[in-house]
Amino acid sequence: MSQTEQQEKEPLFSFRNVKLLTTPLDDENPITVLVLGICSALAVTVMLQPAVVLTISVICVMGLANVIVSLLRNTIPSRIRIIVQLVVIASLVILVDQILKAFLYDVSRQLSVFVGLIITNCIIMGRLEAFALSNKVWPSFLDGVGNAAGYGIILVIVAFIRELFGSGTVYGYPVMERLGVYELGYEDNGFMILPPMALITVGVIIWVQRARNRKLIESSPS
Amino acid sequence: MEELVNIFVRSIFIDNVVFAYFLGMCSYLAVSRTVSTAHGLGMAVVFVLGITVPINYLIENYFLQKGALSWLSPAFENVDLSFLSFIMFIAVIASMVQLVEMAVEKLSPKLYTSLGIFLPLIAVNCAILGGSLFMQEREYGTIAEAASFGVGSGVGFYLAIVGIAAIREKIKYSNIPGPLRGLGITFIIAGLMGMAFMSFMGIEL
Repeated sequence: MSQTEQQEKEPLFSFRNVKLLTTPLDDENPITVLVLGICSALAVTVMLQPAVVLTISVICVMGLANVIVSLLRNTIPSRIRIIVQLVVIASLVILVDQILKAFLYDVSRQLSVFVGLIITNCIIMGRLEAFALSNKVWPSFLDGVGNAAGYGIILVIVAFIRELFGSGTVYGYPVMERLGVYELGYEDNGFMILPPMALITVGVIIWVQRARNRKLIESSPS
Repeated sequence: MEELVNIFVRSIFIDNVVFAYFLGMCSYLAVSRTVSTAHGLGMAVVFVLGITVPINYLIENYFLQKGALSWLSPAFENVDLSFLSFIMFIAVIASMVQLVEMAVEKLSPKLYTSLGIFLPLIAVNCAILGGSLFMQEREYGTIAEAASFGVGSGVGFYLAIVGIAAIREKIKYSNIPGPLRGLGITFIIAGLMGMAFMSFMGIEL
């Protein structure tokens, strides 16, 4: 990133801005590298559909929250900033929750408390603190969307694996049945649906990612 | 009385916040390097959950639910403020954490220094907000039930975090493949602990 030239007026998608969008997808992935926002990531990944809905919700909330906090950044007194941020996030989450209840009632029932828990999703607070409070509106927006997308990618991968092997479907479509593997003696692995397998799946994803991207390996054990 | 013990035991083992619902996972993985810090965070969570869940129970039942305001005047019979619950709960939690922090600082400086940074961080711990939201969803009958659910969930979190911290202290001496080191192996250990906790599933109390 050091070779980026400081320009008077940056183009909307300059190298640096695109970087903001893409680093959270791999090198600084919020879940597998920064350990943020894991709670909801694990709980909603039994099926692909709730995972996708939650991802979209988080992208909306995070992009908008970053924009709002970035707009207010010079007026928020630093002593009460946490509560101001929480109020901004909570109001956006209430909006999302009401919209889901109105248009996607089934999914909203499935997600139960996890829509509400977007409020305390540490990625959002973390990015507000670390980025939006000290940056302009447009980069903050990109940073928010990028981080939410990095979070979403892991969510979708985990949900895909768990749904495919756990219930033999992908987004509700019975893939395994169409492939005809049940006649060959294949059975769904019911264990994939249970909570512990979410943890182990994420553990394996981290393993694969770090084996591929060796600079992420932690030097000191544990 | 029996009912209270039931809820308490259930929320510790069967509906463990960490392993059954993945709440508080972030701090669970980030602050479990040594047993002593895990102990500090665990105590703080028990404390704050035990206080905020009953308070949010009162708010839910006397302000937010449909018809809950009828104690003020019969005219409010049809007022339903439950869409405000997220913002009310988080406000209660944030202010309670602040209050608890000040009280602990005054009354027991020793505990305050041992809890250190964890107290303020708890305001954004999903286990705390999750406790209140589950309390709302499960519709507990009395404030005592809500309180025993709150404390029980806290104790469940305490057990889980101290357990994994102890394992991580031991695992420092093992030879783990490079890419799996640190976060990866911690996830897998947590998964194995979750399987152990699953053996409590299906126990009817």
